[in-house]
Amino acid sequence: MFGDYSIGDLGSIFVMQGFAGLILFSVYVLMALGLAIIFGQMGVINMAHGEFMILGAYVTWLTSNTFQSYLPSLFSGYFFLAMILAFLASGALGMLVEWVLIRHLYKRPLDTLLATWGLSLMLQQTYRSVFGPREVGVELPQWMLGSLKVTDSIEVPINGVFVMGLTVLITIVVAYVLYKSRWGRQVRAVVQNRIMAGAVGINTEKVDRYTFGLGCGIAGIAGSAFTMIGSTGPTSGQLYIVDTFLVVVFGGAASLLGTIASAFSISQTQSTLEFFMSGSMAKVLTLLAVVGILMLRPQGLFALKVRK
Amino acid sequence: MINSRFFNRSELIGFIALAAVLFVILPLSLDVFRLNLVAKYLTYAFVAIGLVLCWGYGGILSLGQGVFFGLGGYCMAMFLKLEASSVENTKIQSTPGIPDFMDWNQITALPLFWQPFHSLTFTIAAIILVPGLFALIIGTAMFKRRVGGTYFAIITQAVAAILTILIVGQQGYTGGINGMTDLRTLKGWDIRPDHAKIILYFVEVILLFACIGIAQFIRLTKLGRILVAMREQEDRVRFSGYSVANFKIFAFCMAAVFAAIGGAMFALNVGFMSPSFVGIVPSIEMVIYTAVGGRMSIFGAVWGSLLVNFAKTGLSESFPQLWLFGLGALFIAVVLAFPNGLSGIWADYVQPRIDRLLASRKSKPKDGWNSVADGAPAE
Repeated sequence: MFGDYSIGDLGSIFVMQGFAGLILFSVYVLMALGLAIIFGQMGVINMAHGEFMILGAYVTWLTSNTFQSYLPSLFSGYFFLAMILAFLASGALGMLVEWVLIRHLYKRPLDTLLATWGLSLMLQQTYRSVFGPREVGVELPQWMLGSLKVTDSIEVPINGVFVMGLTVLITIVVAYVLYKSRWGRQVRAVVQNRIMAGAVGINTEKVDRYTFGLGCGIAGIAGSAFTMIGSTGPTSGQLYIVDTFLVVVFGGAASLLGTIASAFSISQTQSTLEFFMSGSMAKVLTLLAVVGILMLRPQGLFALKVRK
Repeated sequence: MINSRFFNRSELIGFIALAAVLFVILPLSLDVFRLNLVAKYLTYAFVAIGLVLCWGYGGILSLGQGVFFGLGGYCMAMFLKLEASSVENTKIQSTPGIPDFMDWNQITALPLFWQPFHSLTFTIAAIILVPGLFALIIGTAMFKRRVGGTYFAIITQAVAAILTILIVGQQGYTGGINGMTDLRTLKGWDIRPDHAKIILYFVEVILLFACIGIAQFIRLTKLGRILVAMREQEDRVRFSGYSVANFKIFAFCMAAVFAAIGGAMFALNVGFMSPSFVGIVPSIEMVIYTAVGGRMSIFGAVWGSLLVNFAKTGLSESFPQLWLFGLGALFIAVVLAFPNGLSGIWADYVQPRIDRLLASRKSKPKDGWNSVADGAPAE
C-alpha cells in the first residue's frame, strides 16, 4: 500500500489529507452549530435545517449575481455582505417558522420531526420553482482562487483556509453569545426549565423565537460558506441532514464543545480512510464507527450531567 | 381488562369495509395497471402496520423502516435475480450464470453470500430472519442501554444512510444505484403478465390481513397494554417489574418483520428493488403514511398508505409543480391539527354523527379516539 511512496511523499499526503479533513471539519462545524442550538438546546428535531442552509446559499448566489451585474468594482468583497444577508434571510424565515409551526410542538418533540419534514418538502419545491431545478454555482472573487504553497509538495486552497477562519470566528461568537451574554443565560434557563424561567420574568416565547432564529441564521451562514466549496441545488439540503444530526448527537447534544470534538473526529476519520479506500466505503465505516460508539455511549461524547 | 372479542363493533365495521374495498371493489373497478399500483402502495401498508405497533403503541419512532423494507425486498430480489440469471438466459455474458450487474463489474463467480438464495425456502426464511435479527441487534444495543426517543430515531436514520451508501457503493454485489432489475420468474412461474399480477395482488392482500390479524392480536393481549403503559409512563412500568427493554425490542422486531414482508412483496409485485426504497427519504415517507392514517389505528395505517400514495401519484401526474407543496402541507396539517390522523378524524367527528344517526335507545358514552385506539371495549 505504501510501497510506491517515499517517506517525504507519505508525510505530505498525510498533511494534505489532514488538511482536507480540516476543511471537512469546518463544514461539519458550520452545519452542526445551528443544529446544536436548535436540537441540542431546544430539543426541536429540525429536518428542514438543510433547507435553511440552502436558502443561505441561494442568497449568496443572488448577491454575487447582483454584484457582478451592477457593482463589478466591489465584486471582490461581495462575500461579506452575502453572509450577512444569508444570516438575516435564514434567521427571519426561522423566526417565522417558529411562530407558525414550532411553538405549538414544544411538548411533542417527535412531531417536530414530521412537521419540519413537511416544511422541508415545501421549501424544496419553492426553491425549484423560484431558482430552477439545476444546481447553481457561485463565481468566486479572484483572491479566493488558487492555493497557498506551504512547501514544495504541500498546497492548501485559499477558499478552504477562508472557510476555516470563518468557522473559528462564528464558533467563538456563538460560544460567547450562549455562555457569556445575558441573552444566552436566558436561553439556557428556558431550555432547562421553561416554567421556572417564565416565573422569574423571562419572556420565554420571545427567547424561543430568537433562539430558533439564531440557529437557522447560522445555518444560512453555513450555506453561504458552502457556495465557495461546491454547487447548490434544491435538494442539496437533504444530503447534509443525517451527517449534521450525527455530529450533534455524537458530541452530546447540549454541549458546544462536544459538537466541535465530534465534528473533528468524524471528519478526520473520514478523510484519513478516504485515502485507503473508496469514498463511499470510508463514509460507511465512519458512520458505522459513530453508530457503534453511540451504542456504547448513548448520550454522546460530552454528556452534560443533569438531573432529569 | 382484555376485550374478549377480537374486534369491537367499530373495528369490525372497519375490518369489513377494508376487506370489501381490497378484495372486491378495487379488483373489480381498476385495470391491471392500476391494481398493480395499489399492490405497490399496499406494500407500504405492511410497514405502516408495524409502525403503528412500535411507534403508536410503543412510542418508539424508527426512521429506519426503509432498512427492513429493503432487506426483505433484497432477499426476495436476490432469489428472483438468480432465477432470471440462468445459464441459458445469460449466454451473452462473459461468464454466464451470474447476475448481469456482476458480469458488468468484472465479478466472475457468484459471491458466497449469494449462494443460499438459490433455495426458495431459505429465501423465505431469510426475508423474516435477516431483518428480524438485524432489528434484534439494534434494538438490544439501544433499548438495553435505555436509548430512546429522538436519539433512537436519529440512529435508525443513520443506519438507513449507511445501508444505502453500502448498497450503492458495492455495485458488483448489489446492483448499485440501479438495483436489481429484470426479475422474471418465481420457481418457473412468470410474474410479469397480467394474470400473475392479479394473483400476486390477492396473495399480498391475504398476507396483509394476516399481518393485521397478528397486530390486532398483539394489541389486545397484555403485551399491547404494556406497550401503551410504557409509552405513557415508562418508569412506572419498569418499577412494576417489567423488563421495558425486552418489550420494546419485541415491538421493534415485529415492525421490522412486517416491513420486510412488505419489501418482499414489493420486489414481487413491482419487479425490481433498488436502494431508493431503503434510504432516509422513503423511511420518513413510511412514517408519514402512518401519521396521516393515524398512528394509533391499524386500519388507519393501511388507509393512510393507500390514500397518501394515491394523492402522490395523482398530484404528481396532474400538477407536478404542486405535489410537493400539497404533500408538505398535508403533513404539517396532520401534525398540527390532527395528531391522530385520518382515523382520529373519523373517530372524533364522523363516527359520533353516525352513531347519533343510528341513535339506538341505549345511552351510549361518547366513543372518542382514545377508547378506539386502546382497544377498550365499547360499553
